[in-house]
Amino acid sequence: MSASTEPPTNLIASSAQDIEGLLSLGLYALIATGLILILLLLARFLGQRTHSEAKDAPYESAVDPTGDARLREPVPFYLVAIFFIVFDVEAVFVVSWAVAYDLLGWAGFWQISFFIFILFLGLVYLWKMGGLEWGSQSARDQKRRIG
Amino acid sequence: MENLVQEAIQNVNMQAIMPSLVLCVFGMVLLMVSVFSKRGNTTHVAWLSIAALVITGFVTLSGWNNPQGGFADSVLFDNFATFFSMICIIAAGLTILMSDDYLKREGSPVGEYYPLILFTTAGAMWMASGTDLMTIFLGLEVLSISLYVLAGFFRDQTRSNEAGLKYFFLGAFSTGFLLYGVALLYGVTGTTKIQGIAAYVQANPDSAMNTMFIAGGLLLLVGFLFKIAAAPFHMWTPDVYQGAPTPITAFMSAGPKAAAFAALMRVTIVGLDGLQSELTSLFWVLAVLTMTVGNFIALSQKDLKRMLAYSSISHAGYAMVGLVAWNAVGLSAILFYMLVYTFMNMGAFAVLVLIGKKGEDNLTLDGVAGLGYKKPILGIALTIFLFSLMGLPPTAGFTAKFYIFAGAIKAGYIWLAVLGVLNSAVSLYYYLRIMVQMYFKDPEEDFAWVKINVPTAISIAISVVGVLYLGIVPGAVMNLAKLAGF
Repeated sequence: MSASTEPPTNLIASSAQDIEGLLSLGLYALIATGLILILLLLARFLGQRTHSEAKDAPYESAVDPTGDARLREPVPFYLVAIFFIVFDVEAVFVVSWAVAYDLLGWAGFWQISFFIFILFLGLVYLWKMGGLEWGSQSARDQKRRIG
Repeated sequence: MENLVQEAIQNVNMQAIMPSLVLCVFGMVLLMVSVFSKRGNTTHVAWLSIAALVITGFVTLSGWNNPQGGFADSVLFDNFATFFSMICIIAAGLTILMSDDYLKREGSPVGEYYPLILFTTAGAMWMASGTDLMTIFLGLEVLSISLYVLAGFFRDQTRSNEAGLKYFFLGAFSTGFLLYGVALLYGVTGTTKIQGIAAYVQANPDSAMNTMFIAGGLLLLVGFLFKIAAAPFHMWTPDVYQGAPTPITAFMSAGPKAAAFAALMRVTIVGLDGLQSELTSLFWVLAVLTMTVGNFIALSQKDLKRMLAYSSISHAGYAMVGLVAWNAVGLSAILFYMLVYTFMNMGAFAVLVLIGKKGEDNLTLDGVAGLGYKKPILGIALTIFLFSLMGLPPTAGFTAKFYIFAGAIKAGYIWLAVLGVLNSAVSLYYYLRIMVQMYFKDPEEDFAWVKINVPTAISIAISVVGVLYLGIVPGAVMNLAKLAGF
């Protein structure tokens, strides 16, 4: 806790100097947007516009596009990604314990063991819920209900 | 480095978080129990979570008059935290009692429901016992995330989905405001400890003129005011309360609201005590605004859950009057008020749980026509709760409002008390409308679908006893509330 002895920074008092800074910032923003606008408009008015079947097709690295772009991704991808993130983030805690495991001693060891045990329970829960089940929705529904 | 580590380990004081720890362990065990038990069978999970709450209640009460701090002063489980924790435990218990048959009726008996309520309660305890803004934030997040899920618990009902999504988006934004406020306050004071902020304000009497400090404090308040559904941060309340499962609506209006009040009180009264005059004038306006908005919009509501949502907003306004008073009477009155509100509001919602059909489209003013004759016991119970919500003697609502307004008058806020009483008079109209429907309209339906089950009946009985006991002999509990003040 630091009850600092400095006077509190008063934002209003120093605002006179800041106006100069703000002015240049505003000028910069104006020039930046102006440049973009000019480039876009110039390209629109000066450039020639032609259409052909090949040119209007979506760019697919020189491969002819096939099928519809609106695909239905199987949900397990999403689930597994989420589960991965959930467990991956916990690595931060485990690693931070591992860095100082000798200083933390047995107390630290039991604490991180408890933490990992809770993670394990989470995994058991997911497994039992059928969250790791690949395949169609109905296959997973038979197991449990998730997704 | 070694010193740091030693200090960190010495600062661990399990006693200070024991009640919430018990709840969390039970919550995890119950998750396992529910996932390993047969689908659709959740009754045993419900009773186990009641047992968990009873054990937690005893653990919490054993800490009375024995304040435990720890974790580098970021937690302090004192009488204040004990009182608010007990409110949350009672709210959670009543919720679980009325939930089991409700979930079966609505066709969604999923065991995770009960552990989520336990986690919410644990988060509420951290909010009530946190003396560091980060602890309070942690509690708020645990509480909110569980509640987002619970509000949208009926996955195949559009209204429930809407409630969950709305609550999630707005709640996430308000948490963002809160965090931003914490960050700004940290930038000014160099600490997130509430005591540290208090020391800073003491050392810098002109911090009320410091733009960054004001911005931080106000953003922090926005986060709390959102959770207690105070105007002008109340917009989410009606939609979420209407769409969420009814027991969860009851829970949200009692437990988390009390926890947010606890955190708000600790932050303002301990941390920002030096800014009392500025804050009281702010709370004056907010209290009047909240009461008036809640009561006047409730007048035109036809849906009972929506009406009770607006009534819940107005009750947050009444409780805030105690914060304006900023004296011992007003503060203990808030504690008392939150306890009373838990009983009367949970009781009213429990009656609604019983009289609803599947889908709950009949929970309207017309839907309760003649209820008082067809189901006299439920009618009398609902009447008692409504009398209490109005604030009429001999119910607890009267004593609670009496203490609140007494605190305001003692602090010299006569006009605030007058406005509060006028607001109560306005609220008579919409509460009485329900009673008129119950007793003076011919029944259109026979209420044959209403089956009074034992757990819900227990929760209604507990609420009736609570409302009458606190109304007729408030002295003992009021003394406890006084001891629980800072």
